[in-house]
Amino acid sequence: MAGLLPLAAINMMWYALPLVVVISLVYSATRHEPMDSILSHSLRLGFMIALFMVVIMAVLALLAWQL
Amino acid sequence: MPKATDVSTGHAADVVDLKDPVVAAILGWMIPGLGHLYQGRTGKGLLFMICILSTFFFGLFISDGKAVYAWWSPDDWRLPYLCQLGVGLPATPALVQSYLVRNGKAPLFGGVMAPPVDSRELDSWYKELNRYLELGIVYTMIAGLLNVLAIYDAWGGPVQLEEQAREKRPQEQGLPTGG
Repeated sequence: MAGLLPLAAINMMWYALPLVVVISLVYSATRHEPMDSILSHSLRLGFMIALFMVVIMAVLALLAWQL
Repeated sequence: MPKATDVSTGHAADVVDLKDPVVAAILGWMIPGLGHLYQGRTGKGLLFMICILSTFFFGLFISDGKAVYAWWSPDDWRLPYLCQLGVGLPATPALVQSYLVRNGKAPLFGGVMAPPVDSRELDSWYKELNRYLELGIVYTMIAGLLNVLAIYDAWGGPVQLEEQAREKRPQEQGLPTGG
């Protein structure tokens, strides 16, 4: 997978990580009141967002490789 | 006025004391998390404050202070600023800078949040900062939009409590919950 993407694009992907963390924390905090519920929900949500991004990246990389 | 709902009874009660929700929402807009601190919800207030402000200022930092500016003209409608303004007071210096530049005066704070004088200067920003300008705009816009969620939470309380209470009400009355 890494070989299909330019190195610069991979470096830029690191900038998505803080956004995933912040979005999952803030969104979860608007759903729950206790801090342990917020943290557990944000962990699940962060994982789902990261998984979604990886799947989309894989599809795009596959399309770029095939075309 | 909205109140958070007691999930054990399904009736409105001060499980989460929202105090004056309108004041909390206004404070939450001014400084992210301040509305929650006013309501005594310290943990959530600090969480919102740290997450949203750090995202906003990080975006501003990587774009050299150029990601946030206000400008309204036929060739540059600065729509991202509407999202960035969600952060509240930290984004408002852009309005002052815009006023100064529009009236031919020098911007303050070394030009942070000042709009470009013309399209040539905007082009030079993109050449100089490359994708960091776009990235800064994305960070600051997301910070503003996240604060809209935080403001709603300060005004209406957490969503989960309301949903749980709504599910509980038909059960208490012996009615089918649906689905």
